[in-house]
Amino acid sequence: MIDMSPNIVLVVVIGVLFTVGVYLLLERSLSRVLIGVILIGNGANLLFLIAGGAAGKPPIVGDAPVSEMSDPLPQAMVLTAIVITLGMTAFLMAMAYRSWQLHRHDEVQDDVEDRRIARLAAIDEHAFTDRDTEDAGETLDDEAAETRDETDEVLRGAEAPASEGAGPADADGDAGSANPEERP
Amino acid sequence: MNDPTWLVPLPVVVPLFGAGLALALYRKPRAQRLISVIALSLVLAASATLLVLADGGPLVIDVGGWAAPVGIDLVADRLSALMLTISSAVTLAVLLYSLAEGDADGDEAAPVSIYHPTYLVLTAGVANAFLSGDLFNIYVGFEILLAASYVLLTLGGTGERIRAGSIYVVVALLSSALFLISIAMIYAATGTVNLAQLAVRLPEIDPGVRLVLQIMLLVAFGIKAAIFPLSAWLPDSYPTAPAPVTAVFAGLLTKVGVYAIIRTQTLLFPEGRLDDVLMWAALATMIIGILGAVAQDDIKRLLSFTLVSHIGYMIFGIALSTTMGWTASIYYVAHHITVQTALFLVVGLIERRGGTTSLDRLGGLAKLAPVLAILFFIPAMNLSGIPPLSGFLGKVGLLQAGVQLGTPLAYTLVVGGVVTSLLTLYALVKAWNKAFWQTPPAELPDTRLPGGMIGPTAALVGLGLALTFAGGPLYAYTERAADALKDRSPYIDAVLPDGERGAGESANVVSDESTTDLETPAPEVTP
Repeated sequence: MIDMSPNIVLVVVIGVLFTVGVYLLLERSLSRVLIGVILIGNGANLLFLIAGGAAGKPPIVGDAPVSEMSDPLPQAMVLTAIVITLGMTAFLMAMAYRSWQLHRHDEVQDDVEDRRIARLAAIDEHAFTDRDTEDAGETLDDEAAETRDETDEVLRGAEAPASEGAGPADADGDAGSANPEERP
Repeated sequence: MNDPTWLVPLPVVVPLFGAGLALALYRKPRAQRLISVIALSLVLAASATLLVLADGGPLVIDVGGWAAPVGIDLVADRLSALMLTISSAVTLAVLLYSLAEGDADGDEAAPVSIYHPTYLVLTAGVANAFLSGDLFNIYVGFEILLAASYVLLTLGGTGERIRAGSIYVVVALLSSALFLISIAMIYAATGTVNLAQLAVRLPEIDPGVRLVLQIMLLVAFGIKAAIFPLSAWLPDSYPTAPAPVTAVFAGLLTKVGVYAIIRTQTLLFPEGRLDDVLMWAALATMIIGILGAVAQDDIKRLLSFTLVSHIGYMIFGIALSTTMGWTASIYYVAHHITVQTALFLVVGLIERRGGTTSLDRLGGLAKLAPVLAILFFIPAMNLSGIPPLSGFLGKVGLLQAGVQLGTPLAYTLVVGGVVTSLLTLYALVKAWNKAFWQTPPAELPDTRLPGGMIGPTAALVGLGLALTFAGGPLYAYTERAADALKDRSPYIDAVLPDGERGAGESANVVSDESTTDLETPAPEVTP
């Protein structure tokens, strides 16, 4: 049975690695982020060591009694994780370098498109301009005045060539004033 | 050959082998294409066979002959096989599309020699994540597919792609680190990373520790699946990639995260202590995602936001923790992979025809390219859930499951689901009107769409329709899958037939510890 009480030094080291790693991860510069990723990766690897319990004899059958062997499984996993972290680090470095080549800096930039949409929303602007809707006027009344059907056309044709927009409004006004007189 | 388990590793091994071969033949583009197509066709055939075979019970293979908890096992149960079949069909279609695109553009346009191996590695990673019966191997699968996705996303290394890619890579690395840390903690608590053995051992550890482990895994997978507070990276990074790459990312990568959530929530943490939290997260994902889509005027970004939003439906189904909810959720994943990928491929065609994806500048495509209009309209209506299409079936299933549960929170989610569906319809109809019917603000370029690109797109749209017509049998299949998830014992029994060890090399080794204790490799020497 392996002694599972964790080594306090390792725990503290892991804590420090994670703290510094998270701090660096929050930076803008990609190379600092890279160092943060490496530190967090190493912290996770140490965590695996703790997960395997205290160190023991080499886990080779026949060399030592089974109860004194250390657990080989987490070490196999740590190896895999180290290789993966190595690959990712290389890629991130290449990306930081490419970013520096292109922009002369390696900062993680903002989402431009998102900013644009947010700015449109802030000034209360339409995301679209509708080119094929016919905006007739400023207010609803203006639009109503512009919208006419055949009966309006007939009326307008019959009437004297009055001013364009006022025609229907005048007709309405006349009807409105005429009706109360006829009712009684 | 009578034992069909030899099929199980093929979806992982064949693309990896193909990737190596394609990389070795980087000077011969024609051979590369042939290899990719053959490899992915083989994967599709193997996955479809697994889909049929897994209906009789999970197929398990202990890799290298090492018995399950010590060695790594691959498990193809109904859920894995279904995910695998849909995803391999989608990857094959996208590959054919990108081949036709390469033909049309001339091969100088993209560094094709690296595209093929990377694409194959991506499919291998996805398959590995779906098939693995071992938490650490799922991590490896994730890393394989993520590494491939970093390369595909930054293909060509232009300024815009490096900008979007750096955010994507950093977020993905963070989620991987979280996943790795949770694996280490799970190993420390239980002494195993084998899913079946974890299912046995996790109930025996301290409930508080178990909750912490559950939260950590959920956060790690939540970033991958783009659940609301963790989803901001997605709409920024996906649209900048080339159209086929965006399509396959949208279809598969987030779904791998959803799959991992389904697998761990059902198998490892069946008591569902975080269901309420997940429900709120699902609601926020749906509503906030779709509001984002409504605000966009670029069709690629609009679709990326609908992608985030519809992840919420799947999480809703998972959080219900009922067989009905899981049934609908699995069906919805299958539906969403096909439809979302098809839509992104169509947008690739729109960009080609109209020269832009901005809805402000597109217009009148319905007259210019009627086939394109049909290809857009069907999956768009499918996504927003117009009956009788598969999106409708999936949503109805989810709403029914929500009503069946009947808690106030579930009803809130049902209302949220309907609202999201309507807003999806609004956003997509807006895109439809703008791109296909408005008078084009400027004359669109006169180009022809290559038939080789329309073919695979049409095939995917057809697959989406097939999910509708095969809705009955498929829904029955996902119901059986959900039943098995609820029961848990078919999976555990298949991996660990005698309750302790799988079939394999170390099966004759006697463990001197009881199974509840820490994992100790305790071989009695048998010379």
